[in-house]
Amino acid sequence: MSAAKLLAWLRPSKRRERPTAREMQPDRVAEPRTGRLEVRDLKTHLFLKRGVLKAVDGVSFDLAARETLGLIGESGSGKTMTGLSLLGLPPKPAGRIVEGSVKLDGRELVGLPEDVLVDEVRGRQIAMISQDPMTSLNPVFTVGAQVAAPIRAHGLAQASAALGMAVDELDRVRVPSARERARDFPHQFSGGMRQRVVAAMAIACRPRLLIADEPTSALDVTIQVQFMDLIERLQDETDAALLFITHDLGVAASLCHRIAVMYAGRIVELADATELYAAPKHPYSQGLLASVPKLGRRGERLTAIPGNPPNPLDLPSGCAFHPCCPHATEQCRREAPPTVAVDGSGEVACWLHV
Amino acid sequence: MSGYIARRLLQGVVAIVGALLIVFVAQRLSGDPVALMLPMDATEEDFAAMRQALGLDRPLPAQFVVFIANAVQGDFGDSYQWQAPAMALLLERLPATLELALAGLVFALLLAVPLGVISAVHRGGVVDRVAKIFAMLGQAVPGFWIGLLLILFIAVELQWLPAFGRGGLANLVLPAIALGWYPVAAMTRTLRSSMLDILDSDYVRMERAIGLPERWIVWRFALRNAFVPLVTMIGVYFANMLGGAFVIEVVFAWPGVGRAVVDAVFARDFPVVQAGVVLAAVVFVVVNLIVDLSYGFIDPRIRHG
Amino acid sequence: MAEAVLPRPLLGRLLRAREGGFPYIAATVLALVLVCALLGPWISPHDAGRIALSEAMTPPAWLEGGSMSHVLGTDNLGRDILSRIIAGARVSANVALYAIVLSGFIGAVLGMAAGYFGGVVDALISRLIDVQMSVPSIPLAMLFAAVLPPGEAMVIFIIVLSYWTWYARLVRGEVLSLRERDFVKLAKVAGVGTPTVFYRHLAPNVLNMLLVLATLQFGSVIVFEAGLSFLGLGIQPPNVSWGGMLADGRNFIEVAWWLITMPGLAIMAACLASNLLGDWLRDTLDPVRRQL
Ligand SMILES: Nc1ncnc2c1ncn2[C@@H]1O[C@H](COP(=O)(O)OP(=O)(O)OP(=O)(O)O)[C@@H](O)[C@H]1O
Ligand code: SF4
Ligand SMILES: [Mg+2]
Repeated sequence: MSAAKLLAWLRPSKRRERPTAREMQPDRVAEPRTGRLEVRDLKTHLFLKRGVLKAVDGVSFDLAARETLGLIGESGSGKTMTGLSLLGLPPKPAGRIVEGSVKLDGRELVGLPEDVLVDEVRGRQIAMISQDPMTSLNPVFTVGAQVAAPIRAHGLAQASAALGMAVDELDRVRVPSARERARDFPHQFSGGMRQRVVAAMAIACRPRLLIADEPTSALDVTIQVQFMDLIERLQDETDAALLFITHDLGVAASLCHRIAVMYAGRIVELADATELYAAPKHPYSQGLLASVPKLGRRGERLTAIPGNPPNPLDLPSGCAFHPCCPHATEQCRREAPPTVAVDGSGEVACWLHV
Repeated sequence: MSGYIARRLLQGVVAIVGALLIVFVAQRLSGDPVALMLPMDATEEDFAAMRQALGLDRPLPAQFVVFIANAVQGDFGDSYQWQAPAMALLLERLPATLELALAGLVFALLLAVPLGVISAVHRGGVVDRVAKIFAMLGQAVPGFWIGLLLILFIAVELQWLPAFGRGGLANLVLPAIALGWYPVAAMTRTLRSSMLDILDSDYVRMERAIGLPERWIVWRFALRNAFVPLVTMIGVYFANMLGGAFVIEVVFAWPGVGRAVVDAVFARDFPVVQAGVVLAAVVFVVVNLIVDLSYGFIDPRIRHG
Repeated sequence: MAEAVLPRPLLGRLLRAREGGFPYIAATVLALVLVCALLGPWISPHDAGRIALSEAMTPPAWLEGGSMSHVLGTDNLGRDILSRIIAGARVSANVALYAIVLSGFIGAVLGMAAGYFGGVVDALISRLIDVQMSVPSIPLAMLFAAVLPPGEAMVIFIIVLSYWTWYARLVRGEVLSLRERDFVKLAKVAGVGTPTVFYRHLAPNVLNMLLVLATLQFGSVIVFEAGLSFLGLGIQPPNVSWGGMLADGRNFIEVAWWLITMPGLAIMAACLASNLLGDWLRDTLDPVRRQL
């Protein structure tokens, strides 16, 4: 384990001192009790030639302003698809949101017409920072033009004024000498700087929800730590809620107030970060955390759980985790467990806790 | 970038020298080159003078050097039809050919860009299928036959547009369609497949995620990316249109280089034919160089690379 | 939308059938061209050169004034269009076959030599290819049309001159990439002679690709020949060619539309057929869709 990695791993102690979102809500921010984002029973399925892939299969969670929720889980568990579904952007042509509700500040987003989503939601109220900074920027446009694009698209400013605002945003994400660099093209930036540009594009219209999809997994460790600091600061400055997708438990622990563990398209456990790390309740979370010290390198996929990940097109009956679960019973094989609240803030979907 | 350009420049020079060599060999192929260089009614003295001028009494390599030396100065002898320097005669007609080739290119792009983009955006849709059929026909139907059909229907039957000669815009339309016909298929296909890749790329996904209207994404952002591979193609086809509009120029009685060369072949006006071949090679090389340079404008990665 | 859920529209299914299945129509058209070329004099309704001024400009049979004895009509000299198209098929097929076999052979030999020997030989041949490719083929054709006696042989020569580079590049590339392949190196280590290796591994691969390219080019060679003959620089009268027929018909475009329409349709059909068959061959022989 490298020194920097260790550092990142140790940062939760600093973070834990901060009040969790639920604690800070009543006195600090005049948010309605329901929170900023309310996701209920969201289902996004992919209709492929080979069959129906239930990439997101009944996901529910809340998120308050300035709160950070970590979404972790192994590759293919549906994290990215959850993020894309919030934007109303399941992959075309196969993907479709088949059920559920996404409410942002009380407004239902599922079922909104495409042009309303484009005009009022994407980039305006919800923005996403994607995984790979090397491919997320258009190679034939200057970064200034690209950061200015959402500002213009959402009518916040016209051509030259938008460019000026874009420079401010680049400044905000700490791109050095932003005014000059705005005229440069993406290939003239390093990976870390590109990811900052992507972040500038995402926050340019002050979204109320920021989704960061493994924003650091393609970066060097030192750059990673810097970028996470940046994200935290941006969140403070813009009051956004943050959905932080990662498969790196260290990163999640250092940044998130609460963490949702995803398995096969469902959230199997959701708890305060401290609680989850101290006492995971779901057998899958337990396996996940037990496997952490064995993770040699950052960015390695979470596969150190006994058994193979399930075939997404043909999930096991009942609880999808039962073939790999040491506590599986006959009931687990037959019936999917309901999600139940457990002591205080946590939720878990497992027959052991019903 | 500059090293690359230098290399291309060298390749271009080699190609032009090669073209000169081919012309030189062709001269010798026919037996007595002087017979080609002179009108049929030339006298013995003319022959002797010409032999001397061409240095035909000297060995072949020396003759080639003389030939090259003259060629570099654009001297391919006088056209005996017109009693004027052959190259100058052709250069005089170059604007007409250029005009036609540009119009052909514009027509091809006007058709190929919307077809390619729309068939990528609505893959499997009506436009995509029409474009597919169009592409099949485009490659199988010779442009000069399209030209004849256009004359038949548009000019003769409907009398909408003039069929022959150079003049205003109206005269340009039919030959431009006939000339631009062939590249449409290939351009549409290239554009379609690169658009498909681009619309599936991470940066387009990002552009969608920040709420850019699909209209912008397709026509402003993705299209510029898609032009990068299209540029080579534009260069090749434009060069071919410039250097290969012979049949179309004859069909429409267009007073360009191609028709002059065809006339020269019939009149056995060899200096003009020679000059025409070399001019075509030079144009080909120059257009391709311009294309290489223009990459830099479209794709910044190459400009700084 | 989900492809598995929606039924495929009919037109889509037809196009798909064309993409995957054997192109019967294309093969039939090409076979027809070859049959006309071989058996022309026996199957054509009239002598292609027979002049009958009294029957001049007869329109096709389905029009008023047409007659069943001249199904596609006659030209300004009363010659039967159908018979002339059949006679033109002989010229087109002849030129295309000779030109393609010759350029394929020359190109393959030069490409093989370049790839096999490398070094100076490769440099020379590659330069030759470059030069050839940077002189547009039509001006080059003009040059040789000016110095050589016109006729089929000249047309074939001109076509070979501009088409051999395709085959040379193809074969050279294939030989080069094969030389780097492990099994070839292993075979050498194992003492198998280079010629044997090349015969065994190169020949089948390259032959397939040559066959695809040749089929695809059959049509474009026909168009090239038609263009030359149209200009009057290719096949000379009294020999019949489709391009020559177009040139003749052009003078009567205002009175007899069928004179330019029928030969053009013949060119189009032959070319379309060879493209379709070539595409099918490529997809069948080379599923990876190597760039041709
Ligand atoms: N465009 C697509 N077409 C078909 N299947 C897809 C597509 N995108 C994702 N999937 C499938 O959907 C499921 C969920 O994918 P998702 O990208 O959400 O996983 P993830 O949790 O983000 O994984 P990772 O950690 O690898 O990013 C996977 O089984 C994946 O194979
Ligand atoms: S429900 Fe049963 S199988 Fe699933 S995690 Fe709990 S104990 Fe294991
Ligand atoms: Mg993902």
